[in-house]
Amino acid sequence: MATSVVESAQQVIEEEETSEPDGALSIVLFSGTDDRLGAAAVLAAGAAAMGRKVNVFVQYWALVAFLKGWVEQDHGISPDAGPAGRDAFRLLKARGGYQHWSETFRQAKDLGDVRINACALSTDMFGVGIENLDSLVDGIEGVAAFMADATGPVVFI
Amino acid sequence: MSIEVEQETQVTRSIDARGMPCPGPLMSLIGAIREGRVGDVIEVLSSDEGSRTDIPAWVAKAKHELLTIVPEDGYARFVVRKAR
Repeated sequence: MATSVVESAQQVIEEEETSEPDGALSIVLFSGTDDRLGAAAVLAAGAAAMGRKVNVFVQYWALVAFLKGWVEQDHGISPDAGPAGRDAFRLLKARGGYQHWSETFRQAKDLGDVRINACALSTDMFGVGIENLDSLVDGIEGVAAFMADATGPVVFI
Repeated sequence: MSIEVEQETQVTRSIDARGMPCPGPLMSLIGAIREGRVGDVIEVLSSDEGSRTDIPAWVAKAKHELLTIVPEDGYARFVVRKAR
Protein backbone atom coordinates (compact mmCIF):
# COMPACT_ATOMS: atom_id res chain seq x y z
CA MET A 1 0.00 0.00 0.00
CA ALA A 2 2.83 2.37 0.94
CA THR A 3 4.69 1.53 -2.28
CA SER A 4 1.71 2.07 -4.58
CA VAL A 5 0.99 5.58 -3.26
CA VAL A 6 4.64 6.56 -3.69
CA GLU A 7 4.89 4.82 -7.08
CA SER A 8 1.85 6.58 -8.46
CA ALA A 9 3.19 9.89 -7.17
CA GLN A 10 6.54 9.28 -8.86
CA GLN A 11 4.80 8.51 -12.11
CA VAL A 12 2.79 11.75 -11.91
CA ILE A 13 5.98 13.68 -11.22
CA GLU A 14 7.84 12.09 -14.15
CA GLU A 15 4.97 12.84 -16.51
CA GLU A 16 4.86 16.43 -15.32
CA GLU A 17 8.60 16.91 -15.75
CA THR A 18 8.55 15.71 -19.35
CA SER A 19 5.30 17.36 -20.46
CA GLU A 20 5.14 20.33 -22.82
CA PRO A 21 4.00 23.72 -21.50
CA ASP A 22 0.23 24.06 -21.66
CA GLY A 23 -1.78 26.68 -23.53
CA ALA A 24 -4.36 28.97 -21.99
CA LEU A 25 -7.54 27.31 -20.75
CA SER A 26 -10.67 29.08 -21.93
CA ILE A 27 -13.97 28.44 -20.21
CA VAL A 28 -17.26 29.55 -21.73
CA LEU A 29 -19.46 29.74 -18.68
CA PHE A 30 -23.12 29.55 -19.69
CA SER A 31 -24.72 27.78 -16.71
CA GLY A 32 -26.13 29.55 -13.69
CA THR A 33 -26.53 26.80 -11.11
CA ASP A 34 -24.23 26.45 -8.11
CA ASP A 35 -23.02 22.98 -9.09
CA ARG A 36 -21.92 23.97 -12.58
CA LEU A 37 -20.47 27.27 -11.41
CA GLY A 38 -18.56 25.30 -8.79
CA ALA A 39 -17.23 22.90 -11.41
CA ALA A 40 -16.01 25.82 -13.55
CA ALA A 41 -14.39 27.50 -10.56
CA VAL A 42 -12.47 24.37 -9.58
CA LEU A 43 -11.20 23.95 -13.16
CA ALA A 44 -10.07 27.56 -13.17
CA ALA A 45 -8.33 27.19 -9.81
CA GLY A 46 -6.66 23.93 -10.81
CA ALA A 47 -5.40 25.37 -14.09
CA ALA A 48 -4.13 28.50 -12.34
CA ALA A 49 -2.40 26.38 -9.69
CA MET A 50 -0.59 24.57 -12.50
CA GLY A 51 0.59 27.82 -14.06
CA ARG A 52 -1.89 28.00 -16.92
CA LYS A 53 -3.53 31.20 -18.01
CA VAL A 54 -7.32 31.03 -17.69
CA ASN A 55 -9.96 33.06 -19.52
CA VAL A 56 -13.56 32.79 -18.42
CA PHE A 57 -16.31 34.10 -20.67
CA VAL A 58 -19.44 34.61 -18.57
CA GLN A 59 -22.69 34.49 -20.48
CA TYR A 60 -26.42 33.85 -20.13
CA TRP A 61 -27.41 32.34 -16.80
CA ALA A 62 -23.87 32.50 -15.44
CA LEU A 63 -23.98 36.26 -15.99
CA VAL A 64 -27.09 36.44 -13.81
CA ALA A 65 -25.22 34.58 -11.05
CA PHE A 66 -22.42 37.17 -11.21
CA LEU A 67 -24.73 40.13 -10.62
CA LYS A 68 -23.56 42.35 -7.78
CA GLY A 69 -25.26 41.33 -4.54
CA TRP A 70 -26.68 38.20 -6.14
CA VAL A 71 -23.56 36.01 -6.11
CA GLU A 72 -24.14 34.45 -2.67
CA GLN A 73 -27.81 33.68 -3.26
CA ASP A 74 -28.94 30.12 -3.82
CA HIS A 75 -28.61 29.48 -7.55
CA GLY A 76 -29.93 25.96 -7.31
CA ILE A 77 -28.65 22.77 -8.81
CA SER A 78 -28.95 21.71 -12.43
CA PRO A 79 -31.59 19.13 -13.42
CA ASP A 80 -28.70 16.80 -14.36
CA ALA A 81 -28.23 16.15 -10.66
CA GLY A 82 -31.49 14.31 -10.12
CA PRO A 83 -32.77 13.76 -6.57
CA ALA A 84 -29.77 11.71 -5.44
CA GLY A 85 -27.36 14.30 -6.82
CA ARG A 86 -29.17 17.11 -5.05
CA ASP A 87 -28.91 15.23 -1.76
CA ALA A 88 -25.22 14.53 -2.32
CA PHE A 89 -24.55 18.20 -3.03
CA ARG A 90 -26.45 19.30 0.07
CA LEU A 91 -24.54 16.77 2.16
CA LEU A 92 -21.25 18.09 0.83
CA LYS A 93 -22.25 21.63 1.77
CA ALA A 94 -23.37 20.56 5.23
CA ARG A 95 -20.23 18.52 5.86
CA GLY A 96 -18.02 21.55 6.14
CA GLY A 97 -15.02 22.40 4.04
CA TYR A 98 -17.25 23.23 1.06
CA GLN A 99 -16.18 26.45 -0.54
CA HIS A 100 -18.58 28.70 -2.44
CA TRP A 101 -17.73 28.94 -6.14
CA SER A 102 -17.17 32.69 -5.88
CA GLU A 103 -14.51 32.04 -3.25
CA THR A 104 -12.90 29.42 -5.49
CA PHE A 105 -12.83 31.92 -8.38
CA ARG A 106 -11.19 34.50 -6.08
CA GLN A 107 -8.67 31.86 -5.05
CA ALA A 108 -8.04 31.07 -8.72
CA LYS A 109 -7.29 34.75 -9.42
CA ASP A 110 -4.92 34.79 -6.49
CA LEU A 111 -3.13 31.70 -7.80
CA GLY A 112 -2.46 32.86 -11.32
CA ASP A 113 -3.46 34.78 -14.41
CA VAL A 114 -7.23 34.31 -14.44
CA ARG A 115 -9.46 36.74 -16.30
CA ILE A 116 -13.22 36.73 -16.00
CA ASN A 117 -15.05 38.72 -18.61
CA ALA A 118 -18.74 39.14 -19.22
CA CYS A 119 -20.07 38.44 -22.68
CA ALA A 120 -21.14 41.69 -24.32
CA LEU A 121 -24.17 40.08 -25.95
CA SER A 122 -25.39 38.74 -22.61
CA THR A 123 -24.90 42.09 -20.90
CA ASP A 124 -27.03 43.65 -23.67
CA MET A 125 -29.63 40.91 -23.25
CA PHE A 126 -30.00 41.62 -19.54
CA GLY A 127 -29.42 45.34 -19.79
CA VAL A 128 -26.49 45.38 -17.35
CA GLY A 129 -23.17 47.17 -17.26
CA ILE A 130 -19.92 46.43 -15.46
CA GLU A 131 -21.19 48.45 -12.50
CA ASN A 132 -23.95 45.85 -12.00
CA LEU A 133 -21.51 42.95 -11.83
CA ASP A 134 -19.54 41.49 -8.93
CA SER A 135 -15.91 42.57 -8.57
CA LEU A 136 -14.90 39.09 -9.81
CA VAL A 137 -15.75 40.29 -13.33
CA ASP A 138 -12.80 42.13 -14.88
CA GLY A 139 -14.59 43.58 -17.86
CA ILE A 140 -16.94 43.09 -20.78
CA GLU A 141 -15.77 41.64 -24.08
CA GLY A 142 -17.23 40.42 -27.33
CA VAL A 143 -16.92 36.92 -28.74
CA ALA A 144 -14.10 37.84 -31.15
CA ALA A 145 -11.92 39.16 -28.33
CA PHE A 146 -12.58 36.01 -26.34
CA MET A 147 -11.69 33.83 -29.34
CA ALA A 148 -8.51 35.79 -29.92
CA ASP A 149 -7.33 34.74 -26.45
CA ALA A 150 -8.65 31.19 -26.79
CA THR A 151 -5.39 29.73 -28.08
CA GLY A 152 -5.69 26.50 -26.09
CA PRO A 153 -8.62 24.27 -25.22
CA VAL A 154 -12.09 25.78 -24.89
CA VAL A 155 -14.60 24.18 -22.55
CA PHE A 156 -18.30 24.96 -22.36
CA ILE A 157 -19.93 24.70 -18.96
CA MET B 1 13.02 13.26 -9.05
CA SER B 2 12.67 10.36 -6.69
CA ILE B 3 10.87 10.32 -3.42
CA GLU B 4 12.85 8.83 -0.60
CA VAL B 5 11.04 7.63 2.41
CA GLU B 6 12.51 9.63 5.25
CA GLN B 7 11.63 8.67 8.77
CA GLU B 8 12.98 11.78 10.48
CA THR B 9 12.14 15.09 8.85
CA GLN B 10 11.91 18.36 10.74
CA VAL B 11 8.50 19.72 9.75
CA THR B 12 8.22 23.51 9.76
CA ARG B 13 4.46 23.56 9.51
CA SER B 14 1.80 20.87 9.62
CA ILE B 15 -1.65 21.36 8.09
CA ASP B 16 -4.53 19.07 8.95
CA ALA B 17 -6.70 19.14 5.82
CA ARG B 18 -8.48 15.89 6.62
CA GLY B 19 -12.16 16.08 5.72
CA MET B 20 -11.56 18.85 3.17
CA PRO B 21 -12.93 17.96 -0.23
CA CYS B 22 -10.74 18.23 -3.30
CA PRO B 23 -8.97 20.55 -4.11
CA GLY B 24 -8.88 21.99 -0.59
CA PRO B 25 -5.75 20.14 0.65
CA LEU B 26 -3.78 21.21 -2.42
CA MET B 27 -4.91 24.81 -1.97
CA SER B 28 -3.86 24.68 1.69
CA LEU B 29 -0.44 23.38 0.66
CA ILE B 30 -0.03 26.12 -1.96
CA GLY B 31 -0.94 28.80 0.56
CA ALA B 32 1.51 27.43 3.12
CA ILE B 33 4.31 27.20 0.54
CA ARG B 34 3.70 30.80 -0.51
CA GLU B 35 3.74 32.00 3.09
CA GLY B 36 6.82 29.98 3.99
CA ARG B 37 10.49 30.53 3.36
CA VAL B 38 12.77 28.55 1.06
CA GLY B 39 13.81 25.39 2.87
CA ASP B 40 10.62 25.19 4.95
CA VAL B 41 9.12 21.71 5.19
CA ILE B 42 5.33 21.68 4.97
CA GLU B 43 3.30 18.63 5.93
CA VAL B 44 -0.31 18.23 4.77
CA LEU B 45 -2.62 15.57 6.16
CA SER B 46 -5.27 14.73 3.58
CA SER B 47 -8.07 12.18 3.44
CA ASP B 48 -8.93 13.32 -0.10
CA GLU B 49 -8.20 10.77 -2.81
CA GLY B 50 -7.49 13.56 -5.30
CA SER B 51 -4.47 14.67 -3.29
CA ARG B 52 -2.60 11.51 -4.30
CA THR B 53 -2.28 12.88 -7.82
CA ASP B 54 -2.85 16.61 -7.30
CA ILE B 55 -0.06 17.23 -4.80
CA PRO B 56 2.72 15.42 -6.73
CA ALA B 57 1.61 17.09 -9.99
CA TRP B 58 1.64 20.56 -8.46
CA VAL B 59 4.92 20.03 -6.61
CA ALA B 60 6.60 18.93 -9.85
CA LYS B 61 5.13 21.84 -11.82
CA ALA B 62 6.06 24.41 -9.17
CA LYS B 63 9.51 22.80 -8.79
CA HIS B 64 9.44 22.12 -5.07
CA GLU B 65 10.45 18.83 -3.48
CA LEU B 66 8.07 16.10 -2.48
CA LEU B 67 10.06 14.52 0.35
CA THR B 68 7.72 11.70 1.29
CA ILE B 69 4.17 10.43 1.37
CA VAL B 70 3.17 8.40 4.39
CA PRO B 71 -0.11 6.47 4.18
CA GLU B 72 -1.98 6.40 7.47
CA ASP B 73 -5.35 4.99 8.44
CA GLY B 74 -7.90 6.76 6.22
CA TYR B 75 -5.55 9.55 5.18
CA ALA B 76 -2.02 10.28 3.99
CA ARG B 77 0.73 12.66 5.02
CA PHE B 78 2.41 14.61 2.21
CA VAL B 79 5.70 16.24 3.14
CA VAL B 80 6.95 18.98 0.82
CA ARG B 81 10.02 21.19 0.99
CA LYS B 82 9.81 24.69 -0.46
CA ALA B 83 12.70 24.62 -2.92
CA ARG B 84 12.57 28.12 -4.33
